[in-house]
Amino acid sequence: MLMSILQRTACELLRSLEAGELLSVELTQACLERIRATDHRVQAFLRVHEASALEQAAAVDARRAKQQSVGRLAGLPVALKDLLCQRGELTTCASRMLADFRPPYDATVVAKLKAADAVLLGRTNMDEFAMGGSTESSAFQVTRNPWDLERTPGGSSGGAAACVAAGMVPLSIGTDTGGSIRQPAGLCGIVGMKPTYGRVSRYGLVAFASSLDQIGPLANSVEDAALLLEVIAGHDPRDSTSLDDPVPAYSTSVNQPLNGLRIGVAKEHFAAGLDTEVEQAVRAAIQVYESLGAKVQEISLPHGKHGVATYYVIAPSEASSNLARYDGAHYGYRTNEQELLQELAAERKILQAAGDQHGLDELDSALVRMYRRTRAEGFGPEVKRRIMLGTYSLSAGYYDAYYLKALKVRRLIRQDFDRAFEQVDLIAGPITASPAFKLGELADDPLSMYLVDLYTVSANLAGIPGLCLPCGQTHSGLPIGLQLQAPILQEERLLRGARMFEQATDWHKLRAKL
Amino acid sequence: MAISRQDVEKVAILSRLQLSNEELATMSQQLAQIIGYVDHLAQVDTEGVEPMAHAIERSNILRDDCPQESLSREEALANAPHHNSLGYLVPAVLGE
Repeated sequence: MLMSILQRTACELLRSLEAGELLSVELTQACLERIRATDHRVQAFLRVHEASALEQAAAVDARRAKQQSVGRLAGLPVALKDLLCQRGELTTCASRMLADFRPPYDATVVAKLKAADAVLLGRTNMDEFAMGGSTESSAFQVTRNPWDLERTPGGSSGGAAACVAAGMVPLSIGTDTGGSIRQPAGLCGIVGMKPTYGRVSRYGLVAFASSLDQIGPLANSVEDAALLLEVIAGHDPRDSTSLDDPVPAYSTSVNQPLNGLRIGVAKEHFAAGLDTEVEQAVRAAIQVYESLGAKVQEISLPHGKHGVATYYVIAPSEASSNLARYDGAHYGYRTNEQELLQELAAERKILQAAGDQHGLDELDSALVRMYRRTRAEGFGPEVKRRIMLGTYSLSAGYYDAYYLKALKVRRLIRQDFDRAFEQVDLIAGPITASPAFKLGELADDPLSMYLVDLYTVSANLAGIPGLCLPCGQTHSGLPIGLQLQAPILQEERLLRGARMFEQATDWHKLRAKL
Repeated sequence: MAISRQDVEKVAILSRLQLSNEELATMSQQLAQIIGYVDHLAQVDTEGVEPMAHAIERSNILRDDCPQESLSREEALANAPHHNSLGYLVPAVLGE
């Protein structure tokens, strides 16, 4: 019973719940059992909200039994990445800085999930403040790939992808600033989608890079992703960058194939460095589209090769500004005050003894030293590196050469897409150059870790929607993902195009054996 | 552009981060590597290209300036590391 429940898609489970063949409490229990049986090995969840999840499930069951109206996701368990504010529940961003932080309000996405009667199952692990591509920069635990526990699930939404891939929960919410939904979805063999920038409200999402961050769904099928997106999308007066455009009925239209589909294939996506098995699987996927009647056309995205450099100027610059709020004063971690005063007194004494007036003038005030010690102790190495990189890019003398230059290249990247989408409806290509790498493999090499984002950052820079779905496996059994990209606000086209592939293939039905 | 150890120390101050000697050494080496890579942006021809700060460029969104319900003082202070029920407390700034 347990596995048969958890092998079904969210849409199938919802139909069973609606037909009265399955209770939400049974489904939630099955998820909790699966977590108990496997999560000590995968470590996808930071916290499981067992009691409140069962309460929510029982409440939905009771309302269904009385034939009262229920929300769109009534009774379906959903996991939340640990950087979405959930009122009264720990929201740590996988950082020591926020280890005890309990938000006083719900993020708009969390409020929408509650209104849809989803069962909020727990909080998933991530790279600290979503900075990373392997979930190894979490201050608390390392999440493992359910297909091979020695390998990374990807990141930063590594927990969000791993829990779905391991059958612990049918749906989860992630965030994508440079690929953080699509890349882990690809490495874990599930579906992950980054909507258009502004399609989903960012209110209550702890900010990393505000012009790039976007919330999106992770699921076992494109149909499931469409359903979850439909619930979380929409305009929000509390996020002035959210788009005031109507939300199409994604979950209904997703099953309508696209006639006369034109698929663009960028020659730059198949350059040196692409793993042979990945290339074969992606090319085979493109042939599937041809067999379905799509016209495949070569396109060029000449500035894509500058995407990683552009991204690693813009994202850290925004991060250095956003993370200035962690000052030890308003919320979050603060250094030991006694120790800091002693430290300053000792330094002052040494400077005085040496007659170093310049040193005394330059010595931190107690408040500044409080900030500096708090941030040094509260942030991990990757977050510090990004704050430093961003501060450098924005500092006097370097602003024009780095930040301003990157903003100009960003427009060129966008213009490449605009030109391509005059000729094609969707762009298909790889999501990463290689399948999941081993844990620890890139841990001491930040630049190599950044280069993993080659195929994903451009969508964030351009603001366009992107989706990753499974399209193959390596001979050693690791998932391979296909990335599809669409023009601004063409989520409907993206989902319908992805669903066509899914209905023609069985890759999405494979499950990790744990 | 090469980044020196002195640059890194200055950036650490601007970033309000207290880094140990060991961290400064690692950071100098890693930032030099990353900035060395990013430097190829200089070769891209951006003559006449407007900077793009946001992917979806829409005009200013305005609303009426009217008071709305907000957090209570108690809720706003609930996560503070140090407070006196009235406000946030920080180390003395004056009179050192």
